[in-house]
Amino acid sequence: MAELTYLQAISDGLRGEMRRDHRVFVIGEDVGVYGGAFKVTLGFQEEFGPWRVIDAPLAETAIVGGCTGAALMGMRPVAEMQFSDFVSCAWDQLVTVAAKQHYRAGTAVPIVVRLPSGGGFSGGPFHSQNPESSFAHVPGLKCVCPATPADAKGLLISAIEDPNPVLYFEHKHLYRRIKGDVPEERYTVPIGKARIHREGDDVSLITWGAMVYTASEAADQLEQDGVAVEIVDLRSVLPWDKSAVLESVRKTSKVLVLHEDTHTGGFGAEIAATIGEEAFEDLDAPVKRLSAPDTPVPFSPSLEKAFIPQVEDVARSLRELAEY
Amino acid sequence: MATGTQVDVVMPQMGVSVSEGTITKWLKQPGESVALDEPLLEISTDKVDTEVPSPGAGVLHEILVPEGETVDVGTRLAVIGPEGSAPVAADEPVAAPEPAPEPAPHYAPPEPAPHYAPPEPQPEPAAPAPAPADPAPVAAAPSGNGKFVSPVVARIASEHGVDPGQVPGTGAGGRVTKRDILAFIEAGGHGTAAAAPAPSGEPAPTTAQAPTAAPPPPPPAPPSAPRTEPQAPPEPTAAAEGEMLEPMSAMRRGIAEHMRRSLDTSAHVTSAIEVDMSSVVSIREKLKKEYQEAYGVNPTYLAFIARATIDTLRDYPYVNGEIRGEQIVTRNFVNLGFAVELADGKGLIVPVLRNAESLNLLGIARGIADVASRAREKKLLPDDVQGGTFTITNPGGYGTFHGTPVISQPQAAILGTYALVKRPWVVKDELGNDVIAIRPIMNITLTYDHRLVDGALAGRFLRDLRARLESWDESAYQG
Repeated sequence: MAELTYLQAISDGLRGEMRRDHRVFVIGEDVGVYGGAFKVTLGFQEEFGPWRVIDAPLAETAIVGGCTGAALMGMRPVAEMQFSDFVSCAWDQLVTVAAKQHYRAGTAVPIVVRLPSGGGFSGGPFHSQNPESSFAHVPGLKCVCPATPADAKGLLISAIEDPNPVLYFEHKHLYRRIKGDVPEERYTVPIGKARIHREGDDVSLITWGAMVYTASEAADQLEQDGVAVEIVDLRSVLPWDKSAVLESVRKTSKVLVLHEDTHTGGFGAEIAATIGEEAFEDLDAPVKRLSAPDTPVPFSPSLEKAFIPQVEDVARSLRELAEY
Repeated sequence: MATGTQVDVVMPQMGVSVSEGTITKWLKQPGESVALDEPLLEISTDKVDTEVPSPGAGVLHEILVPEGETVDVGTRLAVIGPEGSAPVAADEPVAAPEPAPEPAPHYAPPEPAPHYAPPEPQPEPAAPAPAPADPAPVAAAPSGNGKFVSPVVARIASEHGVDPGQVPGTGAGGRVTKRDILAFIEAGGHGTAAAAPAPSGEPAPTTAQAPTAAPPPPPPAPPSAPRTEPQAPPEPTAAAEGEMLEPMSAMRRGIAEHMRRSLDTSAHVTSAIEVDMSSVVSIREKLKKEYQEAYGVNPTYLAFIARATIDTLRDYPYVNGEIRGEQIVTRNFVNLGFAVELADGKGLIVPVLRNAESLNLLGIARGIADVASRAREKKLLPDDVQGGTFTITNPGGYGTFHGTPVISQPQAAILGTYALVKRPWVVKDELGNDVIAIRPIMNITLTYDHRLVDGALAGRFLRDLRARLESWDESAYQG
């Protein structure tokens, strides 16, 4: 068991799959000679050669479209969007072609699209978004959002193994900030299964990605007031682990849904609606959502701090629920 | 409510998962003397039927819950007073018969009453009245003194017959939180708070609409019922001509629920094998006298089969296993259940012989006799019927030669043993030629959960079990 950063865990998982399975290749902007904008594929072209580590033009449509075609011919492509924000250019290929191919023609499209996402470093409106909820609305896709290095590796391997198009949201703010034990051997983390990050009886906090750590710090504060917060790290938003969420809600009867994405139509709305529908008689307080406001991500550091939910915001929401 | 030396008799907790019980019989009547620990009444829960010993010595003053009623654990059933004291008169304050029934009927969900309290067979004709009598409080009361009652608090209040307005609230604006109501119930607030308002014996205001002052409220809904069972159609309460209605006992409801759930859970498949029991029959004849004289125990065929089954289970851990969530449980022990029919066909219970792998033939024969007799005498404890890992059912006593039993959840399989019959059987003589002999043959079935146990595995299990029985070597089992 080695201690790796979140970024090293992704790199490690991807390298292992490329060594193991010759059908796996990577393609993206600057992934080859430059080793990727964030250096996830550093050294890959030296090891695997330019035909398996392909520098693509600035054309996300072409990258995802090419991957879909390669997958139909039996390959296991892993595409990198340099920033998840750029995936909007590939929307048509993902949503119209890849997601519906199996439904229309019965053929599998085993592609993985890596999406460095999230803010917290003044990247501004084009380099900070969390677009998972847009894709979680598209039947035929899968969306995973690992929070820990161990899940980052295990979910990447599951994504590569999966016969469906999988969007792999890797949070940039976790890349070098978060370290954790990662098994050296090959293993998978099942898509669609949540993880209890922290157990508690008083309030459930449902979240994923970088917000798991924000939630954790807030829960530490609440613990000093004698309030035990249970943090459910969803890990996947499509499919999402409804039963784990409902189980936690039945235990605590109070819920906060937290995400870094903007508010209206964010994936938290789906979770809150499901809790209202299926656990109504277990609720002891309104289901609360905490998320970013409905604006683009600001550049200014102080504005960005006001935009992304902070530890204090989460702690305040948790206190309101605990005192309700 | 006990004052002086009075002792309350309450519905006991018969195991962690049991929340209610039905009074099947009062063994003492008001005015009769009763000694400490003397059997006072019989109750039936969905786990066991049992006698309740008297919690004190004295005179049974009053029975608060009549036979046939189902009440929650902790409900007061009767009052015992000191020897020589007179039974409490109806208007004497201590017993407070009218208020005792408390506002539970307000919060009993209206639907269960017609469910299993049909008007006709009820000995107390007044009983059905209260529930429909106060529909207004049902709607109004959960507002809890005008404060907001959350969905979970409303549900818990209705399940426990508690008025949220009686519960001290610590939430926003004095709202009653889930934690508040659970603490209130935990502290026993359920009965006492409700009875408190009218200790003088004056009819509580609610009884005004039910002037007969029916002592027992209709049983509150069993907590699990509304959630797990589809709502029964409301009409068919009345019996058509020539039909008789009787309330379902707690045990029968438990059996009904378990059987249905088992069939909905496991993929039941049955395989059968014929076993030549000649060796067992001859060894049993020899042991019978010795066992009976030395130990007073009958070495039954069931004991032999159980012993051979336990040894075979060691080689087939999945047959003694369980599917728990997405994992498979196997074990290094066998808690062997035996299906026992209760006298008068009133039900079925499966007492468990714990760590049966550590018992020899004598120990097993003794254990079976013990749990079977305690089952019939209603002396089983909740632990005697829990934790089984494999079950044997033995319906062959009536001559049936085959059956397809239902698995006791969450186990993976159940063994059925059937009638031992003499049959013409092809065997080899000493020269190796086929000849027809008369042999005692038993059909033995294994009904297994095909989710965990495949047909080939079940076949090998039965083959090995047959080999053990056909070549029984008692010396291997001594000591």
